Order: sequence, then structure tokens, then C-alpha cells
Amino acid sequence: MGRKLLTEHINVEGIDTFEVYRKHGGYRSVEKALKTMTPEEVVEEVKKSGLRGRGGAGFPTGMKWSFLAKPEGVPRYLVCNADESEPGTFKDRQLMAKLPHLLIEGMITGSYALGARTSYIYIRGELLYVLRILEKAIAEAYAAGFLGENILGSGYSLDLHVHPGAGAYICGEETALLESLEGKRGNPRNKPPFPAVQGLYARPTVVNNVETIAAVPVIVNEGGDEYAKIGVGKSTGTKLISACGHLNKPGIYEIELGVPVEEFIYSDEYCGGIWKGRDLKAVVAGGSSVPILPKELILKTAAGENRLMTYESLSDGGFVTGTMLGSGGFIAMDETTCIVKNTWNFSRFYHHESCGQCSPCREGTGWLEKVLHRLEHGHGSMHDIDLIVSVAKQIEGNTICPLGEAAAWPVAAAVRHFRHEFEWHVTNPKEATMPGAAYRGAAVLA
Amino acid sequence: MEPTTAPTKPQFSPAAQAEIKRLLTHYPEDRSKSALLPILHIAQAEFGGWVSPEVQDLVAETLGIKPIEVYEVSSFYTQYNLKPVGKHVLEICRTGPCMLRGSDELTAHLERITGAKVGGTSPDGTFTLKEVECLAACGFAPIVQVREKYYEQLDTPEAVDAMLSELKSLVHRPILPWEETGLPNSLKNY
Repeated sequence: MGRKLLTEHINVEGIDTFEVYRKHGGYRSVEKALKTMTPEEVVEEVKKSGLRGRGGAGFPTGMKWSFLAKPEGVPRYLVCNADESEPGTFKDRQLMAKLPHLLIEGMITGSYALGARTSYIYIRGELLYVLRILEKAIAEAYAAGFLGENILGSGYSLDLHVHPGAGAYICGEETALLESLEGKRGNPRNKPPFPAVQGLYARPTVVNNVETIAAVPVIVNEGGDEYAKIGVGKSTGTKLISACGHLNKPGIYEIELGVPVEEFIYSDEYCGGIWKGRDLKAVVAGGSSVPILPKELILKTAAGENRLMTYESLSDGGFVTGTMLGSGGFIAMDETTCIVKNTWNFSRFYHHESCGQCSPCREGTGWLEKVLHRLEHGHGSMHDIDLIVSVAKQIEGNTICPLGEAAAWPVAAAVRHFRHEFEWHVTNPKEATMPGAAYRGAAVLA
Repeated sequence: MEPTTAPTKPQFSPAAQAEIKRLLTHYPEDRSKSALLPILHIAQAEFGGWVSPEVQDLVAETLGIKPIEVYEVSSFYTQYNLKPVGKHVLEICRTGPCMLRGSDELTAHLERITGAKVGGTSPDGTFTLKEVECLAACGFAPIVQVREKYYEQLDTPEAVDAMLSELKSLVHRPILPWEETGLPNSLKNY
């Protein structure tokens, strides 16, 4: 049983209230930081912890914080990215609804470290009921003197607000999120300038995921060095994994980074195996945008070792995997899954969610959806298979934001690992799913 | 209030006005446009579940911005309905993880029993069916959202029936977004 750093008290009755949360050690990091540490010391602890952004990109959080421009007399902001919309990822919803004060505590401590006097939690519009839970908790924190003017007599003041989106996946991209927070369409901005220099209202801004900010209190309380002892190599600490698809026990699991993928899927402590006694076919390990991996490659590395739930182990091996831990959205598919249909579904998602600003993404995602629809419905040709790979290549790297890659990678990976299934759809146009369509990828390993 | 025959300019209720006033304090004074998305949510809840051009003009007037600035935003975000909807808008998640657990079958089932087609409203005006992309509750698929409430694991006819009878028993649509609607089971029982 691994350590639970974020979710230890998640099942305590009333933990969403200030009183109960405080009784279980809540807000200690605010007291410690504001009374005994300088902002620079807090940043240093986060650096030492090795914490990496939990929203998907995995960029070192302490380093991101240290990039923040700090001109005198200019406001700067901490913005929490709670726009969780990556298919397969549903960890932040749970964390915010059950432990709203943990996020608020992280926001206060983080804002202090960054010198922000106003901070925002940008939450997706679908979660208005979670927004209300957060607003209630924020009001409690104000009443207890942990928000507002002169917090705990330290001289530090902070206002914290929750802001809803309105149904746009692209607003999870940090610059699109800032545009949306300014009351505009969620079109990503060109970078540079990065938000650390010109973010919200053109002021220096840090945007962090919910889970990243929720880890800050633990790091400040325990110390960065202690946090870094958990995990494997550069994958330190714990990670929330949201498991879904054809699993016996889908749900949210907090794991110490380094658990073998096989153990995560099959042990009773975690997902309890594949439903209906079926065999596993493939996994998308880090949210829909990361490349799909067939059973053989997700369980073992190319060298035949156990693949681990770490940033490195999942992405190790270059073209062999090319996948990522990402946001921790773990989608398992059983042996009956049609990979072509699944790929078409993901393409439809990215076409729908493309903001339309860049031509390769706006047009390319449409092409992918259209051709994949054709293949799935038995009207495709062998040429179409090469066509979607070609279109995916032309999107990748040619857009302002990473939505282009997110749309291209699943298609390229699906064809790479399951090309025979696409071909089967062409030669068997009236059949919906290739029977017993397992991975036959020895060639790609060579 | 009885509907009047002559078209009248929409006005926010006192409760909505108070909420808008509170929201405006969240942003710097010269950045009040930031409140546009939350105010559109309020407007949609107040004026029948959709934002007509007149309602969008009211929002523009409230924020002191040009109407086009509202139109370009309302048409970008999928949660704003730009045409009239039924009493209950059923947003069916159709994304990968929900599809793996039967959202296609759920959609077909809902079309059969409500009499509405996806993108349309049932003849009695009770249900509008709308497909959406990812509701971020993938572990409890398939899912339907109705206003602020999530109905999860709708993979049996019984679960769907329970949802529909609960909706039909509501005397009115929840009017304002700050009314409590309760948590989905997956959040109650972690």
C-alpha cells in the first residue's frame, strides 16, 4: 500500500468543511510559510521536491515558479487550471469536490511564494456544482482569516476567486485559459512572451494544475527533500491516476510513482483487472492525446522489463512507445475494442475542440475525422490509411498550441501498432470489429 | 408572471443583479469584461435555458461592451445554447471512455424513449438531447449532465428510467445557477 499524500483524509466525514479539515492538520503549510519562511524559501522547497506539473506536460514546477518575472509595483497572478477536459482524466473533479480546502491551502501558500495578491481558480463550466463547493470553502477560509487582508497577522494579503469556463477543451491550454479568463474566445496565444512574463492582463502569471497546487502544502509541511524520496528517479512524489474504460474497478487512485503498470491494472488494490473476464488489448496511459499502446508494450519495455508508472518509463524507448504519463488519464480497452472506431472517436473530439485559429489544426483535424469515419464505416481504401498518417504528420508541430499534436499522436500511434486492423476494415467493409484483433507488432519493435 | 404579448426588453432579476455585482468585484475595475462567461451562465439560467440575441445585448449593456464581443464568445463555447431548448437539456457525453462503456447505445435509447433526436427537442418540449465532448467523469461512464447535475453509470434501462422520472417530477427547471442540486454518487462515495 503506497503512501497517500493528497487523499489521506479524503473519506473523513465533513473533510470539505474548514473545521474538520483544520482538525486533520489543514492549513499548517500556510502558517509555516507565512510565519517562518520567505517566499524564495518556499520556491526552493518546491524545486527540491522535484514536483512536476500534474496537468499533463510534466514540467518541473519549481523551475516554472522561478521563471516568474518580478518587476516592482506590478501585480502578478497565480491561476489554477481546473479546466480538466482531457478524455480519460477526471482526478481534479474528485479532489476539488472532496478536498476543496486542500486546493485553497495550496493556492494561498503558492500565491505567497509567487507574490500574488489576487489568484484565480479557472474551473470548467460543466462543474458548476464543484465551483459552488469551492466558493463555500473560500468563504470559510476568509472567515477564519486565511484569506483577505493581513493573513494571520503576517502582513500578506490575498484574494482568491473561482471563475467558470463554458465548455471548451482548448481552455485547458494555459494561454487559451488566460484569454478565456479575460472574457474572450479561448484562442491560444503565440509564445513567447510566456505567461511568466505576460500572462493574465499582460501581467506575470503562473498557471498550475489543481493536483500540482494541492501537492504544495505537503511539500512545505514535510520539506522538499522528504517529498523527493518518494518515487523513482525524476518522477518524485505521488500521482493521482484516473482509471477508466474496461476495468473492473475504474476510479481515482493515488499511487507512489513507480508502481508497475501490470500491478496497477491487475491487482485488487488498484483496478482489479479487465471486466467480464476478458483480455486486455490496449491502453492509453495519460489521457486521450497520448499515443495508444498495445498490451504487450504497455506491460513491458522493449528490453522486456516491467514498465512502471513514471514519466520516464512510460515515455522511454523513443518510437517504440512515445507515450506519456500525461495527466494520469488511464484508459484500458478490452479485446473486443475496435481500434479504428476508437481512433475515429478521438479524432472527432479533437476536430470538435479545435479552436480553428491555425489552418493545419482546423482543417487537418477535420480531414482525420472524415477519413477515419470512412474507414470505420467500410467505405475506406488502403490509400486512406497512409493519408491519415500523412495528415497527422502535417498537423504535428505546425500549430500555435499543442492541440495539433494531441490530435495527431493518437492517429499515428493507432496506425503504427494496429495497421492490420485498419487494413481489415478496408477488406471487410461490412464487419464492425475485427474478431480477435490483437496486437501483431513484432515488426515495429525491430 | 404572465407572458406579455408585446416583446419587452429582458431584465435581470434582483437576485441575478446582486450576483453579477458580486462577480464584478472579482476582477480589476478596468477588466470587468472578465465577468462575461459567468454572466452568460446566469443569463442562460434566467432566460429559459438559452441566450437569445436580446439577452446577449443585455449582457453587453451590463458590462459596457459591444454586442459583438458577446456574440463572438457565446458562439465559441458549447455550453451556451443559441436557440430555444426544452425544459431539460440532456447533455450526453460521447467521448472515448464513455463510448467504451456504451454511450452510443445510451444515446439511441434516449432518442427512442424521449422522442427527441440528438440536437433536437421532444415534441412535448420536455427534453432536448445534446451530445457533448467529455464531462470529466470517465470512470463512471456513460454519463448525462442535466444543468448542474451528473447522472452516472447509465448503462441499464433502470438507471435511465430513474433519471427521467426524477426529471419529469421537477415542477420547473432549476432557475438560477446558484441553486443547490446535489452531488453525483461518485463524489459522495469516493
